[in-house]
Amino acid sequence: MADLDQTNEPVELDRVIIRFAGDSGDGMQLTGDRFTSASAVFGNDLSTLPEFPAEIRAPAGTLAGVSAFQVHISDHEITTPGDAPSVLVAMNPAALRSELHQLIVAGTLIVNTDAFEERNLTKAGYRTNPLTDGSLERFTVYEVPMTTLTKDAVAPLGVKPRDAERSKNFFALGLISWMYTRPSAPTLDWIDEKFGSKPQMAAANRAAFAAGHAFGETAELFEHPYSIRPAPHAPGTYTNITGNTALAWGLVAAGQMAKLPIFLGGYPITPASDILHELSKHKNFGIRTLQAEDEIAGIGAALGAAFGGHLAVTTTSGPGIALKSETMGLAVSLELPLVVIDIQRGGPSTGLPTKTEQSDLLQAMYGRHGESPIPIVAAYSPARCFDVAIEAARIALKYRTPVLLLSDGYLANGSEPWLLPQVVDLPDISVDFATETNHIDGDGNPEFWPYLRDPDTLARPWAIPGTPGLEHRIGGIEKADGSGNISYDPANHERMVHLRADKIAGIANDIPPVTVVGDVDDANLLVVGWGSTWGAIDGAVNRCRARGHRVAHAHLVHLNPFPANLGEVLQRYPHVVVPEMNLGQLSRLLRAEFLVDAKSVTKVRGVPFSAGELEAAFLKEMGA
Amino acid sequence: MTIDTPTTTPQDWASDQEVRWCPGCGDYSILKAVQTLMPQLGGTPENTVFVSGIGCAARFPYYMNTYGMHSIHGRAPAIATGLAMARDDLDVWVVGGDGDMLSIGGNHLIHALRRNVNLTILMFNNQIYGLTKGQYSPTSEVGKVTKSTPFGSLDQPFNPMSVALGAEASFVARTHDLDRKHMMEMFRRAREHRGAAFVEVFQNCNVFNDGAFAAITAKGARDDMLIPLVHGQPIRFGAEQEKGVIVDDQGRARIVSVADVGEDAILVHDEARAEPGLAFMLSRLSAGPYEPTPIGVFRAVARPDYGSETNRQLAAAQDKAGPGDLTALLHSRPTWDVD
Repeated sequence: MADLDQTNEPVELDRVIIRFAGDSGDGMQLTGDRFTSASAVFGNDLSTLPEFPAEIRAPAGTLAGVSAFQVHISDHEITTPGDAPSVLVAMNPAALRSELHQLIVAGTLIVNTDAFEERNLTKAGYRTNPLTDGSLERFTVYEVPMTTLTKDAVAPLGVKPRDAERSKNFFALGLISWMYTRPSAPTLDWIDEKFGSKPQMAAANRAAFAAGHAFGETAELFEHPYSIRPAPHAPGTYTNITGNTALAWGLVAAGQMAKLPIFLGGYPITPASDILHELSKHKNFGIRTLQAEDEIAGIGAALGAAFGGHLAVTTTSGPGIALKSETMGLAVSLELPLVVIDIQRGGPSTGLPTKTEQSDLLQAMYGRHGESPIPIVAAYSPARCFDVAIEAARIALKYRTPVLLLSDGYLANGSEPWLLPQVVDLPDISVDFATETNHIDGDGNPEFWPYLRDPDTLARPWAIPGTPGLEHRIGGIEKADGSGNISYDPANHERMVHLRADKIAGIANDIPPVTVVGDVDDANLLVVGWGSTWGAIDGAVNRCRARGHRVAHAHLVHLNPFPANLGEVLQRYPHVVVPEMNLGQLSRLLRAEFLVDAKSVTKVRGVPFSAGELEAAFLKEMGA
Repeated sequence: MTIDTPTTTPQDWASDQEVRWCPGCGDYSILKAVQTLMPQLGGTPENTVFVSGIGCAARFPYYMNTYGMHSIHGRAPAIATGLAMARDDLDVWVVGGDGDMLSIGGNHLIHALRRNVNLTILMFNNQIYGLTKGQYSPTSEVGKVTKSTPFGSLDQPFNPMSVALGAEASFVARTHDLDRKHMMEMFRRAREHRGAAFVEVFQNCNVFNDGAFAAITAKGARDDMLIPLVHGQPIRFGAEQEKGVIVDDQGRARIVSVADVGEDAILVHDEARAEPGLAFMLSRLSAGPYEPTPIGVFRAVARPDYGSETNRQLAAAQDKAGPGDLTALLHSRPTWDVD
């Protein structure tokens, strides 16, 4: 028995990348999410990549219906969901066929053998059974009849066979939880909470989870479990958070810090709808949400609320931005605060609605008629969506302007541990409404000029309806500088175009300079990124430096205007490379703005860069 | 309610901007009616907002000394929805034309009506695009010859009353620009209605569609061509009240001679009827402004308005969960501590 005890001692790993894959109806997103939560509470660092098809239920068992969730957990700081999984859980033949190419050689493959019957094999395009034809010999394969074992485990509870089968994802979760010595309590507590109103389903899921756990422990299939120690995080309280939740909470915080009620006008669109869902829960914060009749009405209602003195927000993805463009132009002309959130996805048109891309930067920059500058900020990790939401609101309120906030599908659905901020440390972003007249007319009478600007910020006064004596009319027709009355005067129009541009350009003096990390003083190569490529760039830069190359990394949160020192930073390094999940939109802006030979590294495959891909690109750029 | 001692004058509601509609435009009389009415309603300029889209009618806010927004073609009902939801203390009016509200903005109009947002919506219907110099509109009659339809338009026009009633608007009325007293009465009723109030105003565009409504609104024609809808009264018209409206045994609304059917057979107008079907039938009595056409309040029913319902949910959430606590929100998901 001593031997057995010894073999069951967990073997310590510094990290592992696990990919759960199954049919859309197999509950793989939930399985991955629960495994992630347990790992987060355990204290690992982690990063996740959910990937799912656009169809809610593509035909069962087909390649089109495969849904996957990749999670990277470690005992040290990590920034990406990992280049390639070392463990693949495949719940059916389609999942195996669609995901196997990702698994590292000699990786661990856990399959639900019950699903490998002829019909499913045919649907997945297999002529022979890969479990028996020798095609998997490069991998360590564990064959587990998960469906049968799950049915056996829940049978005593009187669950119908069809319902019993639905618990098989909890069996898989139990098994993997045993393999990586995850604490069971968070999952069991979650089951009780989630299925509290359906006691039989809760019991079935608990039984399936326990059966999976016990199977790992008792079946003489696995030599030993593994453990991954908690990562050395800074002291404090943490939670695991997705980008969309962090963004929604950032908006809640912005309302509190601005001392203004939030108004969100939105329309359902993947992958942005979760922000509307989250904010609609928090009515006790005085948050009003409107699911409008269309994208245009969503931003229109938000602009109306902004006129009324609310902190107004509209959320969407790329196609919705296209529809909102005209109203963004009106907001530029009205000079009212408005936060416009674009959770980018693959385009053009419907494109890849559930996949990630960064291809809306130029739309954000230029996608309106007329000279219509709008500040742009971008989040670079799921947790940082919180801060960027507050920053977008700060700029919008202070400069009375629409602000575009760019996130993407990867940040929106991916998650990471987040050191919760102290509310007292959050910035005060409140502004004053106008309450007094600000001008004397020709007859010596006081009057209100809605376009008389603050000399420092060039922002106009925000006078809200209900304020006596400040009644005024604003509109999309060009306004006379100062009085705001309709003006078709050519010189006035030119002055107003310049004033609006100068106001936005001046924000460069009110944002932090871009910081450079890595070989700041003597890098041969500067990598400039924006948005969700941050993690992969960070990983790749570190790998290149570990190989002895001198590389630096600058990551932009503010994309319009650029930080004031960006031009100087770009001139400092012999080579500049810009990785983007588009065909080179930021690199084009940098080249145009700074006359720098910024080389582009691009990927538009609906999935983020891996650190390995970027490492290879950077080495190539350096001629190494 | 109309107040007895106004604290403002019509001049208090007029802005200092020069009115720039074409001389003779029906919009002048509508503006005058609104500016004259405002002091009687007891509101204040600072708590009143006019929101408009694009078009001739949409210049309206510039001429009112209130808060105002001249926005985007078609979008005024959506923008006003946000404002009214955010600020239920305000008196929000929406002004636009038939192209603005029934063509490019038709979607926003019907959704504002079905949600019952607390808005007073005035639609000036001149059956033509004026600002773009004379194309047919969604209310133009079939066969309309315009610059964009030299061989006549093919489109079946919208009947604005039918559209509003089809969207189950809680207040639907029609008036015309040659009868200031009637206009003021309809606008007053609309403003006092809590929820979305829709008023169609037959408005003459003397440049691009002159006389579109002359057959029914000219002084000498009105008795025989306008059918006044008065709540609780039999629907009768004609110089001698000799004509009336009945619902026949096939369930159709028809114009009849009172002498033929007897007074008791005449339909008594009930604007408060919960079911909009009969009001819809009345809206179908006339195929266009060349047949006897009902004016007045088609429908006025009480229904909770959107802003009040929104605020009710907010108040209920605060009663249940207390005012928002950001620290508590940040800790609302599973957390762990690192020492």
